[in-house]
Amino acid sequence: MKVLVPVKRVIDYNVKVRVNADGSGVDLANVKMSMNPFDEIAVEEAIRLKEAGKADEVVAVSIGVEKAQETLRTALAMGADRAILVVAADDVHTDIEPLAVAKILAKVVEEEQPGLVLAGKQAIDNDMNATGQMLSALLGWSQATFASELDIDGDTAKVTREVDGGLQTISVKMPTIVTVDLRLNEPRYASLPNIMKAKKKPLDKKTAADYGVDVTPRLTVVETKEPETRAAGIIVGSVDELVAKLKDAGAV
Amino acid sequence: MAVLLLAEVTNGELAMDATAKAVSASKSLGDVTVLCAGASAAAAGDAAAKIDGVAKVLVAEDDSLGHRLAEPTAALIAGLAGDYSHIVAPATTDAKNILPRVAALLDVMVISDVTAVVDGDTFERPIYAGNAIQVVKSSDATKVISFRTSTFDAAGEGGSASVETISAAENPGLSSWVEDKVAESDRPELTSAGVVVSGGRGVGSEEDFKIIEALADKLGAAVGASRAAVDSGFAPNDWQVGQTGKVVAPDLYIAVGISGAIQHLAGMKDSKIIVAINKDEEAPIFQVADFGLVADLFQAVPELTEKLG
Repeated sequence: MKVLVPVKRVIDYNVKVRVNADGSGVDLANVKMSMNPFDEIAVEEAIRLKEAGKADEVVAVSIGVEKAQETLRTALAMGADRAILVVAADDVHTDIEPLAVAKILAKVVEEEQPGLVLAGKQAIDNDMNATGQMLSALLGWSQATFASELDIDGDTAKVTREVDGGLQTISVKMPTIVTVDLRLNEPRYASLPNIMKAKKKPLDKKTAADYGVDVTPRLTVVETKEPETRAAGIIVGSVDELVAKLKDAGAV
Repeated sequence: MAVLLLAEVTNGELAMDATAKAVSASKSLGDVTVLCAGASAAAAGDAAAKIDGVAKVLVAEDDSLGHRLAEPTAALIAGLAGDYSHIVAPATTDAKNILPRVAALLDVMVISDVTAVVDGDTFERPIYAGNAIQVVKSSDATKVISFRTSTFDAAGEGGSASVETISAAENPGLSSWVEDKVAESDRPELTSAGVVVSGGRGVGSEEDFKIIEALADKLGAAVGASRAAVDSGFAPNDWQVGQTGKVVAPDLYIAVGISGAIQHLAGMKDSKIIVAINKDEEAPIFQVADFGLVADLFQAVPELTEKLG
C-alpha cells in the first residue's frame, strides 16, 4: 500500500505572529517557517506504517510556494520515500484555500493511487480544519478525522477519534483519508545522515496548472487585524484579597 | 436569504447551549431552519422548535445518522442545500467533521470558527490560534459556516416552530460506528460552563490534579487543562483548553499552574474574569489575568477552596 501525506509550510509554531499595521495580513517575511505540526504527526504515522510492513511507500506532497520544497525535504529526512511539490503561488503570503488544495490533491491521488491519505487535522496558520474532509468528499472516500489511534486491517481501518465528549471509534472502508490529532504519536527528529540522504531522494515539481485546477480563492480577505487585547489586571497579595476581589466583582 | 442550521444532537438529545448560540449567531442571515439528525431525533427536534428565532425544524431519523458519521450526514445536508443561502452549525468536533465535506460536495469553501457576522457574505474568524482576526468575504453561492459558540449568547426559549419529518439520504456505507468512550462526569460541560478551573504543568501529577477538581467542585465548575498538562498525562484530552483543544468563555476562568502559552490563551482569553495562580511572577498568564496571585498553588488552591462559599 502506498501512503500519501500532504504537508504544509507554515510559520513556525514558536514564532510570535505579527499583524501588519495596514491590515494587509500577517508578516511572513524573514520569519522562521516549518512543517505544520499536525502534518509532522501524519508523516511519522506513515513512516511507522511502513516500518510495520503495512505500507510499502510513503509519498509526501506539498502545495504552495517554491520554498515548500524545504518542508518536503524535512518529510524525506524523516523517512518519506519521495516527494511531489505543486507550485501554486509565488508569494509566501498567498494562502491556497483548502478547497483548491483538496482539488489538486484529488488529482495527485488519481495519479498515485494511494491506499491511504494521512493528513494533519488543521494547519496552524489559517486554522480552517477542512482539507482532509474536502478531499474525502471529492474522491467519494470514507473519512476519519482527528485520529488518536489508527489500526489498519486489510480493507478496513479502525480509527479512534478525539471528539468533544471523549473518544469515538469508527471503522472505515479503505481507501480512506485519516486526519491526525496531537496524541497519535510523537514525531521523530531527522538525524543528520538522514537529512543528507534526503537531498538525494526524488522530488517532482509540478504546478497547479499541470493538474488543471483553478486556485482562485473563494474568500477575499477584507482585512487582517489584531485581536482585542485585555486590559491589564492587578496582582493580589493573598488568597483573602483574591476572594474579596472575586466577591466584589460578583464572580463567586 | 435562508439558513439551514445543523443542530448538535448526541444520542438523540439536543445540545441546547451550542445549538441556541448558533441560532443567535445566524439570526441576521435569514429565516433559520434547524436540522436534527440522528437514529432518534424527534425529541431533539421538539426541543429545537422552542428556541427563539427558529422558523422551522426538520427531523431526519435513520440508523445511518445515529453517530454523526460524516458521509451520510453530509449527503443529507448536501441534498437539502438548494433551498438555503447559508448552511451553518456550532463549531463542535461533529460539525467540523461534517461541514467541510458538505462544502466540497457543493463546490464551495467552508468558513470555520466564525466569531462575528459582518453581513451575509462577510465574516470574522480567528487565524493563527487567535493571534490575528481575519475578515473574509465569500463569493460562493452557498456559505457553509461553523460558529465559535463562545462568542455568541444563546438564543432564549419560548418559540414554537413547526416540525417536519424528512428522510435520510442514501447511506454510502463507507464507515460504521464501533464505540464511544465518553467520560462520565457530574460536572458541567466545559464549553458551556459558567466557571472553569484549569490546571497546567505546574500541578505536577495526575494525583495532584485532585486539588484542581476540589476547587472546581466547590464552585460548581468544569475542569480544564493546558496542553502541557494533557501531554504530561495529568489530565484527559477532552479537558484540554486551547487552540488544539476547546475554546471556552466562561464568566470566571481560574488558571492554576498554567504559564500562559499562546496556544492556551487562544482557548480562554474571551473569558469575562480571568484569575491566574502561578508561582512564577514572570508567567505570561498574568498579562491577561484580571486578578493574579503569585503563590505556591499547593497552598493557595486548597486555601481558596476552603475560603470560597
